[in-house]
Amino acid sequence: MSVIYILLTISIIIAIVFFFAFIMAVKKGQYDDSYTPSVRMLFEDELVKEDPKKAKQSKKD
Amino acid sequence: MKQNKCFHCGDPCDQETIVVDDKSFCCNGCKTVFEIFSESDLTCYYDLQGSPGAIPKEIGGKYDFLNQQNIIDKLLEFNEDNTQIVTLYIPHIHCSSCIWILENLNKLKTSISSSQVDFGKKTVHITYNSKHDSLKEVVLLLSAIGYEPYISLDDFSAGKKQIDRSLIYKLGIAGFAFGNIMFLSFPEYFQVDGFWIEQYKPLFRILMFVFSLPVVFYAAQDYFISAYKGLRSKVLNIDVPIALGVSVLFLRSTIDVFFDLGSGFFDSLTGLVFFLLLGKFFQQKTYAFLSFERDYKSYFPIAVTHISAEGKETPIQVYDIKKGDRLLIRNEELIPVDGILINGNARIDYSFVTGESKNISRTSGDKLYAGGKQTAGIIEMEVLKSVEQSYLTQLWSNAIFSKNKETAFSSITNAISRRFTIFVLSVAFIATTFWLVYDASKALNVFTAVLIIACPCAIALSAPFTLGNVLRRFGKTKFYLKSASVIEQLAAVDTIIFDKTGTITSNKNSTATYEGERLSKDEEDLLTNTLRASNHPLSRSLYAILERNNIFTLDHFREHLGKGIEGEVNQKSIKIGSANFVGITETAVLNTSVHVSTNNKYKGKFTFYNSYRKGVSKLFNKLKKHYDLVILSGDNEGELENLKKLLPVKTKLLFNQKPEDKLEYIKYHQTEGAKILMIGDGLNDAGALAQSDVGISVSENVNVFSPACDAILDASQFRQLYQYIKVSKQAITIIKWSFGLSFIYNIIGLYFAVTGQLSPVIAAILMPLSSISVVVFTTLATNFIGRKIK
Repeated sequence: MSVIYILLTISIIIAIVFFFAFIMAVKKGQYDDSYTPSVRMLFEDELVKEDPKKAKQSKKD
Repeated sequence: MKQNKCFHCGDPCDQETIVVDDKSFCCNGCKTVFEIFSESDLTCYYDLQGSPGAIPKEIGGKYDFLNQQNIIDKLLEFNEDNTQIVTLYIPHIHCSSCIWILENLNKLKTSISSSQVDFGKKTVHITYNSKHDSLKEVVLLLSAIGYEPYISLDDFSAGKKQIDRSLIYKLGIAGFAFGNIMFLSFPEYFQVDGFWIEQYKPLFRILMFVFSLPVVFYAAQDYFISAYKGLRSKVLNIDVPIALGVSVLFLRSTIDVFFDLGSGFFDSLTGLVFFLLLGKFFQQKTYAFLSFERDYKSYFPIAVTHISAEGKETPIQVYDIKKGDRLLIRNEELIPVDGILINGNARIDYSFVTGESKNISRTSGDKLYAGGKQTAGIIEMEVLKSVEQSYLTQLWSNAIFSKNKETAFSSITNAISRRFTIFVLSVAFIATTFWLVYDASKALNVFTAVLIIACPCAIALSAPFTLGNVLRRFGKTKFYLKSASVIEQLAAVDTIIFDKTGTITSNKNSTATYEGERLSKDEEDLLTNTLRASNHPLSRSLYAILERNNIFTLDHFREHLGKGIEGEVNQKSIKIGSANFVGITETAVLNTSVHVSTNNKYKGKFTFYNSYRKGVSKLFNKLKKHYDLVILSGDNEGELENLKKLLPVKTKLLFNQKPEDKLEYIKYHQTEGAKILMIGDGLNDAGALAQSDVGISVSENVNVFSPACDAILDASQFRQLYQYIKVSKQAITIIKWSFGLSFIYNIIGLYFAVTGQLSPVIAAILMPLSSISVVVFTTLATNFIGRKIK
């Protein structure tokens, strides 16, 4: 019967972990700019087409 | 012939065309930027978006103040040995190419280790090494590639601004609690009886109670605060029934749980708060890059060049300027304080202040006002007043700028919620009295149930979602509103006041008409060539209007300061300038005109007229059916006849209005009950814009400068004004419809509540259902009405 306590505890702990992760993400400014990152992630493909070597370089920095 | 477009900036190449690598450029600046990029293998810039660039401006010594350590310190966010971090505002950021090139700055300069763009705010965050490159060099690099940063007095306290993220925290907490409580209440939804549920019921319920605590006491606190404030100032705003609903939900559920009466309504409670916050978030998430609270600070320079008694030139901070100081103003620099011109050729562009685009010539000894921009070489001036005491700054200290318009305006939601609250409270009391007589044990249940089900979640949501959606739609079509409540106020307007210069006239081009004896072909050639040699603003604009003729060199050319110009070729002479200069006397004329005489014989004059924006006449004719139209102009009556032809007969025209006059005019009519929409530009309208019920600032460049106002309208969309007002009115109708819709839900819910059979399941179904259907309805409806604006 007490398995319900274990399951409940686990589920709530997991929920709290995710909630905490969310709070930390907000605190670090993840949600401050919701547009630029979505554009930024498309850039590397554009570079690969042109010059593969350069693309790797820019990835690093 | 096909018009050649510049590969870099996209402007037509009509002046000159430079061809490099089969690509045409409109000027050397654009070509240079292209060369910089191709040298560093950054031509991908042009693949992401066609002609994304801007022509780099000649900046000369404009950024010399960035050599001053104390100014740099104010701008830097982080400053430690080899790492400096600065955030610069760059108005030109507009597409993905801009993001790409600005995030690849490290390829252009090794001292820059990283740069990050925030597209929404149009800023770039640069980390660089000041051992190798100073801030000035970073700024110069940005300017050289056409991304000139905009550094103003507003940046003075950079890095100290805190971003308010509390709403997103609240939303997260409410969502988290809502989800968990939903799971925990599932077993009881299905009302299974038996040993299992009996044993674990208290645990589940207590967990739900615990989850609801942060929602009530943290996430929902804004509603309680606002309701308290409303009640204290005797206003029944929408937050009053919400706060009432939330607290009744919480108390009833807590009592239910602790006295083992039922499972409570924690799921509805958290769901309600979550949806309400979602609506608020939606409303808040508009355009962060536009600022409506701009004052003189956001366009004043941060520093200016000071000339010491020994003649040494040092940049000093604007706030440090004292009376009697001598300042050096370079070309394209702004005059930060009132003063007297000492020497130099001053041609001041006061368009920031007055909206008037013509440059004004000043000679030494004349007074210069803060806010003007020097456009012809270097001048020296002596300071008469400090920044705080200058005329412009004084204008800003007028009391209307500290008045909050929103609190003064009773919005439609508040008006309805007042009646709604009274209605709900009376239903609750009547139902309770009935049950007290009939079955006293159920009375308290019924009382709380009515308050719970009537909680105006859907009503509270319909306005933010409708207005928020319209706001977004307007934003897409270049009409930017400060807040959603502006739409309601716009719909209520009955009088529209326009400023003339810069608002219904365009700053970009003026037209000129010629009156007098026809000029021969030779004379025309002579005229254009003489104008070509002159640098006077009127000559420049006249030259731009006239057709180009054969270009030849003049035998003789003289410029008479303040009078006119003289040119001679093959024994033919021409005089262009004021009436006295060409040798006639003229009665006072209000328009600006330029007179011409050839071989000392008077020929005629060119009279300059403002050029009106496209569609002005049509717009006025549409508006006159529904509104009182007034034009308040700071100019003289020179344009009276022209305006009369253009505008409907009923339009009131008032000239020679000082900024204070405009403000007083609006104030007077407001006391008579008029709801006034003021449309203007420039700082001289700032007072009037703030005083009016809705102030719209028309701007050719939305990012650069607009005085404090409720809305910013892109000049190209000016003729759409009627459409915007019409859509605002329809939006209000949609809100009324959605109120009706949620009212139906409330009636159904009230039936269950009044008859004493509101169970948690019904509440859990009805409350989100009403909210979601209202949101869907308003979104669809606003998209439909918004389609008409292009």
